[in-house]
Amino acid sequence: MADKRTYEVVFIISPDADDNEVMRLSEAVQKLVTGQGGSITKTEVMGRRQLAYEINQKHEGTYVLLEVEGSGAEIAELERRMRVNDQILRYMTIRVDEDRRRAEKLKDRRARKAAKKPSAKRAKASSSETEADLEEGFAA
Amino acid sequence: MSSNYEDRDSGFGLEREYERAGMPGRGPRRMQRRKICRFCMDKVDLIDFKDVKLLQSYIPERGKILPRRISGMCASHQRMLAEAIKRARNIALLPYAAD
Repeated sequence: MADKRTYEVVFIISPDADDNEVMRLSEAVQKLVTGQGGSITKTEVMGRRQLAYEINQKHEGTYVLLEVEGSGAEIAELERRMRVNDQILRYMTIRVDEDRRRAEKLKDRRARKAAKKPSAKRAKASSSETEADLEEGFAA
Repeated sequence: MSSNYEDRDSGFGLEREYERAGMPGRGPRRMQRRKICRFCMDKVDLIDFKDVKLLQSYIPERGKILPRRISGMCASHQRMLAEAIKRARNIALLPYAAD
């Protein structure tokens, strides 16, 4: 596990917790992750919002989003802690680095294709106005 | 970015199409226009599960995932979308079942 992985962690804090509690929790999480050798690249409190379904007899909760970089050990620890915390209604961790890399690759491939083709497209474009419009639309 | 999604929302009518297809008495309805994958047109590489507004347009009233035969999406994007919807359901951004 030498390579660095990126994770997105979302958790829902109980509506009974006030702002201080929310701050305290996210700080505790931050400390935990850095203590385990990971790093947090993004913290975002998405605010209080209605839950789509009831969790522990609660209808709303505060969503917090984190982006964590690390080996995976800190995620295990983090999940263990969140599981026992009554204030946290739900949590979910998603590994995002692979998907992002894939998206990046697709984007690159598209860019290269676009760079390769335009000469052929130009020739066609001059012959027909509507076709040029169409292809312009696709390229945009 | 968000305006882009709004645009997509308004231009839809997919849900209505879906309902009509399931309605009895109207007879079979054929789509004449060939459906194109919206995500391919917009060159979307990644569908975020936090984008509730976007996902919502692909779940009809009952809360199910809109099938590919209705939306006309390409396989890879349908997969991405389904995954995103399931993730959103897990953290209560979307319902598992409505009503």
